[in-house]
Amino acid sequence: MPKTHVHPYIPNAVPETKQQMMKQIGIKNADELYVDIPQKLRLKRKLKLPKALSEQEVMQHVTSLLRRNKSIREMPTFLGAGCWTHYVPAVVDNIVQRSELLTSYTPYQPEISQGMLQALFEYQSMICELTGMDVANSSMYDWASALGEAVRMAVRINNRTEVVVPKIIHPDRYATLQTYIEPLKMKIKKVDYDRDTGLLSLESLKQQVSDRTAAVYVENPSYLGFIESHVTEITETAHDEGALFIVGVDPTSLGVLKAPGDYGADIVVGEGQPLGNHLNFGGPLLGLLACRGEMELIRQMPGRIIGMTTTLKGDKTGFCMALQTREQHIRRERATSNICTNEALCAIASATHLALLGPSGLRELGETIMMRTEYAMHKLDQIEGVKAPLFKSPHFKEFTVNFDKSGMKAQTVHKALSRQLRIQGGKDISREFPELGQTALYCVTEMHSKDSIDQLAHGLRAVLQGER
Amino acid sequence: MFRQAQWNEPVIFKLGGKGRRGYSLPNVEDEMSKLVGNPADKLPKAIKRTQMPRLPELSEVEVVRHFTRLSQMNYGVDLGFYPLGSCTMKYNPKIDDALAGVAGISELHPYQDEETVQGILEILHTLSRWLAEITGTDEICLQPSAGAHGELLGALMMRACHKFNGNADERTELIVPDSAHGTNPASGTMAGFRIVVVPSNQNGTVDLKALKSAVSGNTAGLMLTNPNTLGIFEEEIAEIADIVHKAGGLLYYDGANLNAIMGKTRPRDMGYDIVHINIHKTFGTPHGGGGPGAGPIGVCKELAKFLPLPQVAYNEKSKRYYLDYDKPHSIGKIRSFYGNIGVLLRAYAYILSMGREGLEEAAEISVLNANYLLKKLGAIRGFELPYAKDRLRQHECVFSAKPMYRETGVRAADVAKRLLDYGLHSPTTYFPLVVDEALMIEPTESMEKEELDRFIEALKKISEEAYSNPELVKNAPYNAAVTRLDEVKASHPKTMALSWRMHENRNVIKSASS
Repeated sequence: MPKTHVHPYIPNAVPETKQQMMKQIGIKNADELYVDIPQKLRLKRKLKLPKALSEQEVMQHVTSLLRRNKSIREMPTFLGAGCWTHYVPAVVDNIVQRSELLTSYTPYQPEISQGMLQALFEYQSMICELTGMDVANSSMYDWASALGEAVRMAVRINNRTEVVVPKIIHPDRYATLQTYIEPLKMKIKKVDYDRDTGLLSLESLKQQVSDRTAAVYVENPSYLGFIESHVTEITETAHDEGALFIVGVDPTSLGVLKAPGDYGADIVVGEGQPLGNHLNFGGPLLGLLACRGEMELIRQMPGRIIGMTTTLKGDKTGFCMALQTREQHIRRERATSNICTNEALCAIASATHLALLGPSGLRELGETIMMRTEYAMHKLDQIEGVKAPLFKSPHFKEFTVNFDKSGMKAQTVHKALSRQLRIQGGKDISREFPELGQTALYCVTEMHSKDSIDQLAHGLRAVLQGER
Repeated sequence: MFRQAQWNEPVIFKLGGKGRRGYSLPNVEDEMSKLVGNPADKLPKAIKRTQMPRLPELSEVEVVRHFTRLSQMNYGVDLGFYPLGSCTMKYNPKIDDALAGVAGISELHPYQDEETVQGILEILHTLSRWLAEITGTDEICLQPSAGAHGELLGALMMRACHKFNGNADERTELIVPDSAHGTNPASGTMAGFRIVVVPSNQNGTVDLKALKSAVSGNTAGLMLTNPNTLGIFEEEIAEIADIVHKAGGLLYYDGANLNAIMGKTRPRDMGYDIVHINIHKTFGTPHGGGGPGAGPIGVCKELAKFLPLPQVAYNEKSKRYYLDYDKPHSIGKIRSFYGNIGVLLRAYAYILSMGREGLEEAAEISVLNANYLLKKLGAIRGFELPYAKDRLRQHECVFSAKPMYRETGVRAADVAKRLLDYGLHSPTTYFPLVVDEALMIEPTESMEKEELDRFIEALKKISEEAYSNPELVKNAPYNAAVTRLDEVKASHPKTMALSWRMHENRNVIKSASS
């Protein structure tokens, strides 16, 4: 008996069913479904794609390809820079794999989508508690695009033409911001930093901020891991000139660092990936965006926002999308953003993770990360030819490691670590910041045990001595 | 009859109790803590957290129960019919999810040495070639996170191209038809264009006369989905492309409706220069209640140099895959790293599972299913078919509930809510804007005939209900987790509660004034 070719995903492909349905709509063969496509535009050959594989074959083929990758579980890895390794509790994976959530669409029919809506409302609410903001949207694509959207939001509010950013910023975030605001013909002004502490130079800041400044943006912790502590002065400088103050955050730091809302932030953006989301080679990520509760800000927010309401009868609490008149499906070319599909399920992962941690867990997570970071800096700084960190400031999760005194290039050190010892060292940043010399950005989280840090220190020592 | 779970589950902030924990961290090694103390305590006052965030305190089992209960008050493709027009809610294969959870993808860092990520780079490179073949384009960028993100990138490609040719200052207008998705004009605006809307003709397709008078030396391009949002194939697409190209503009393909035509015709062959692809629609990746998705774009040769950094490339000599940053004309970045890889991997597995015949069959059956509904629903009292009544549709069909509204006061929105009571998700409503009381229905190839019949029967019953007892329909749903919600209250500045803290503060104000 010949093998049938009815595809498991296409029930009506059974020839009898197909025939029966075609008869009902009055056609004889399937080609008649496409009579409206002019013949000259029809593809007259088969697509040049592989033939269908069975599930078993797909599983074998894809896993064999994936086996060619080496995951961070197989080699000590000290990479961060916008995507960070953290433990994802089993509960989080379990919840986001619930197929009622996983296979649902944007909750356009709220009565049958209460689960997703309430979970997203809870996510928004927890982000507000972390950041000290009143409103958070239900997600942006990532930190970088959230920053682009936040600056566009500021411009809609105050109609100004410049944005002020720190010189120490992730190159992807800077480049994305440039792309997002280029059509507005805005100018980006960079603020220099103190070479000793890494902190924003307040003098340089005052020079750059003016009545043309739509927003002042800083990151906490900064791209290079140090904590920006001049926040009160920065807020004042921004607000004195009538600019909005935007702060970029890593939410895992917010159990130990002050909520940006408590030091004057108007808008908070950030990366939610470290809360419950796997690395996935850099995507999907989760863009955070939150702001203070003034209507003039809320009305200009991009993205979906879930609100709490009641039934029309008033007998029950319920949830639905709120302020949809800001959005593209209603407002079209006058919408606050074009975003539609977002990162909802990643937001649910973060909400679940935060619910598991609670306030004391989040605090402990932050403390643990700081302790391990401190230990790693201490250990590496003891190695001859190494300075870690370059900046005399407290650090969170990431720190600079400088190799100038060793006479070796950061890239050479990295390669030697990787090839000889199967350790993935930090990200080489010597081309991003030539003034910092041969420097790499290392990342340490709660995942890095004392043993793995010692192993790194040992490896670095071997690499540096071996070269002499 | 269908009945959704009604757990009356409290907001999480009301659950749990002081001191409970859902997760504990490993202890810091003694030797380490002795050496470094607790650096968080030594933070400068200006930046040190003194007030803990008011997160709920729950045990692990309470967290699981809470979110599991919530999930039971949600409707997904795995539960039943989900005919949201333009959303292509097809089956999401479980094997693809299983593969996306493998450590060889989920635990890869984007900055790992290329030597350690050859497998995933090969997958991305091959997927790009496949998407190029399906769309007929020359080069693919996998980076956009969603369809609208792809649209923004596409519009920026137009901008970059006109700038390169030295006429960005003149090419300031982007044309979209009145039947376009809302994201089209919104994306165009974000990319700095002024939006010019062209009306549809009596057949529901682009009015060529209107298009001719809309194009000029200011035209940057036209964004057009084909088949369009009425499910009608724009048969004059070659002429449309000609008009736009002759005026010096570029043609953009909104890929939301690509599912209908895979293997039958290709956007590039129709004359499109830029194409976006909704991976979470056409290629069966789960939509996750709103995302993540992925919205790669394909472009013709001439535009490839403007694509974002980096491109996944292959070195024939060394037989190695690598990330190519050497693109001096690139517009730069539209997001961090390289795209929603977890989603793209699923699409790779999906295309392998379907194969070339399977994708073509999917297109065919999706169109067959839509026309089966077209035929059957047209006979139901209260619904009428706007535009091109004697023509077949492609992947979706749009009905108007205008007669029903006129005769009974029951609107499209009411029909949508009543469908929920039958355990079926509703179609897209009030879109496209060119149809009054629109019900936009896309069954996809995933639904078996019996499920389509169940939907037809439900709409028949609802029609009967509308004509015999309109109040029954107007007050629906009854069987979902909650009855109809007050969406006005949710958005009114005086009553809105966009976070738990906003809700609590309002209560404080209220009780203080009363």
